Amino acid sequence: MATTSKHKNAPAMQDVEHADPRYKQVDRTLKRFRYRQDALIEVLHTAQESFGFLSDELMIYIARELKLPQSWVYGVATFYHFFSLKPQGEHTCVVCMGTACYVKRSAEIVARIQGEYSIKPGETTADGKLSLATARCLGSCGLAPVLVVDNEVLGKETPESTLQKIREVVATSPDHSGEPADTVNLQEQEEHAS
Amino acid sequence: MNREELQVIGEREREKQQSYRCRILCCASTPCLSSGATAVIETFKEVIKEFDLEAEVTVTSTGCMGPCSRGPLVTVQMNGQQDVIYEHVTPELARDIALAHAAPEAKPLDRNVLPADLPFFNKQKKVVLANSGLIDPTRLESYVARDGYSALAHALREMTPTEVCEEVIRSGLRGRGGAGYPAGLKWDLVRKAPGDKKYIIANGDEGDPGAYMDRTLMESDPHRILEGMAIAGYAVGADQGFVYVRGEYPIAAKRLENAIRMAERRGLLGSRVLDSPFGFRIDIRIGAGAFVCGEETALMASIMGRRGQPWPRPPYPAQKGLWGLPTLINNVETFGNIAPIISHGADWFGAIGTEKSKGTKIFALAGTVETTGLIEVPMGISLRDIVFEIGGGIPNDRQFKAAQTGGPSGGCIPTDHLDTPVDYESLGALGSIMGSGGLVVMDDTSCMPDVAKFFMEFCMEESCGKCVPCRVGTVQLHRILEHVTDGSATLDDLDRLEELCVMMKETSLCGLGQSAPNPLLSTLKYFREEYEAHITNHTCPAGKCTMFGVPPLQLTRDLLRNTLQAKNDTEVS
Repeated sequence: MATTSKHKNAPAMQDVEHADPRYKQVDRTLKRFRYRQDALIEVLHTAQESFGFLSDELMIYIARELKLPQSWVYGVATFYHFFSLKPQGEHTCVVCMGTACYVKRSAEIVARIQGEYSIKPGETTADGKLSLATARCLGSCGLAPVLVVDNEVLGKETPESTLQKIREVVATSPDHSGEPADTVNLQEQEEHAS
Repeated sequence: MNREELQVIGEREREKQQSYRCRILCCASTPCLSSGATAVIETFKEVIKEFDLEAEVTVTSTGCMGPCSRGPLVTVQMNGQQDVIYEHVTPELARDIALAHAAPEAKPLDRNVLPADLPFFNKQKKVVLANSGLIDPTRLESYVARDGYSALAHALREMTPTEVCEEVIRSGLRGRGGAGYPAGLKWDLVRKAPGDKKYIIANGDEGDPGAYMDRTLMESDPHRILEGMAIAGYAVGADQGFVYVRGEYPIAAKRLENAIRMAERRGLLGSRVLDSPFGFRIDIRIGAGAFVCGEETALMASIMGRRGQPWPRPPYPAQKGLWGLPTLINNVETFGNIAPIISHGADWFGAIGTEKSKGTKIFALAGTVETTGLIEVPMGISLRDIVFEIGGGIPNDRQFKAAQTGGPSGGCIPTDHLDTPVDYESLGALGSIMGSGGLVVMDDTSCMPDVAKFFMEFCMEESCGKCVPCRVGTVQLHRILEHVTDGSATLDDLDRLEELCVMMKETSLCGLGQSAPNPLLSTLKYFREEYEAHITNHTCPAGKCTMFGVPPLQLTRDLLRNTLQAKNDTEVS
């Protein structure tokens, strides 16, 4: 993160704050936790949800609002796997590498994707089309091997079926629903349940 | 709300449920949702609407029913008849099911029915998961109808905090997070700790790959955890609780949040719990993807918004925990056991399980086994029963090779020890641990050095980097294991592995580093010949590893050495 002093950054930040409505969501979380410093992780969660990733400006903004050193915010953001400091590709593919999936050879799936798109897990293709990631365990071990392509959970996959799915998805333009599939399902259900 | 109103709510809900002739329960846990449960639920609703069956038939989204690999699962309850469970339900099948059961002479379909005497269900004993798959986790009334919150009401009115702690001690309940420390003793420590402000934490940061017990519990019966936490709060004198939910579990977090809101609205949580002077609030904290945060001190650091790095103990959390105050931290499954213990008594609970390990344990059965899913078994059941009776054995005519318990902190148990009873001591004696409940079955296509490498890579990436033995040790162990699996290791490396493992176990700061060598040590103990085959013969008996690391001349050199050796032998003789 940049080490420029706070007041130097402050005017620029003010502009961004007003220009970008997404900061409002971050502000709401900040207020909800009454600007308590120990709410940092919650704030970072909201920030990542609304921006997709944590940019330097965003982290500087949060550090300033919570009156924390920038190094502290950066330290926390880089410690947790959930936070991404780089923008994600248009499409994402998360392959579960939990024990059950590993035993059912999910490593081969990753290797095949790596071969086809020349990206390693955690990277995005040069054209920004596809991000590949691995997950520790998605908790759907009964469906191993499991992967999530653009928020759609796919179970009992093979390297061939995965590649085919990815090729299909990459060929289409991204879906901007922005909501994780699981949450959508749940919300739908809750609506129907009530 | 007071106790009487609680009973009224329960009574009213039970009457409402009974008024339906046919109750269709659809599993809406993550595995079933991923295999298409949403469309199934939709179809049931459409059919009910289409045929005007609203007064007779009801559809409920419930929690997990168990055999996840057979999902989406649907249970149909009819008044005066045995429940029928359907597997692999598609929207088309759902339509048939609804019509078959709604007909005046209701008869179950003959397709996709799980037999009632399936060993998968028979061998289980449900205590913590008693409500799972039967109640709607999004509705408080559904939980109250099955005597939910009555244990809390009982504790608040009839028992003193000391009595609650004594009851939990007497029950013999041990921590379900893995280490198995007696829960009651921990409670008593926190109760006796001086101070007015104390905290309760439910650890739902289930990081073990291949384990999803905690998630299912949080998704299927969130109120059970809240009730257990509130009883704990009363027992130790805390007024604030936190549930730490893993970031990968959005549905669990949502349902818990919803449950907390409803409980607060009904006065079951908040400033006056059930009209008593006891006040208790619960907040949710979402993890951000760090395995080490399952360790209690690291978890507390994370709740306080810091990097999830553990700190040395003592002082234990019971003395100095969150913000330096006494803190009780238990696994969510431990809290799930509390309400039954208070309702039915410590003696009832103590009668289940073995002498030293009381009660039941939830396992996530996964890997190469016929039926995978979530099971709850009495402590002391043999591994053979779990794998071959409940799990239905190994598919595709393969051989059982090992069962892995405890995730990256546990070990692999080979065929010879299949009859070991599953309890804390017996598993520990085999070099594994009970762990939080992941149980991955491996068949003969799994290569053990490769499995050890997989877990070591996991620990290497998840090491928080605070203490040297873990940060450096995991990297070195992983490097040697890579040499083993690519065929370039030597037999000396095996000794080096063992030496490093012992060093890490003895000198690491927290549980992650201390237990990281377990998978390696246990595979080295039971499958040493596999390691040796990789090293001396440059072959992988399971056919998994590709021996890229073998130098081209190695084989010739070996040959040469053998010939020379043979020549020397003949000369000597």
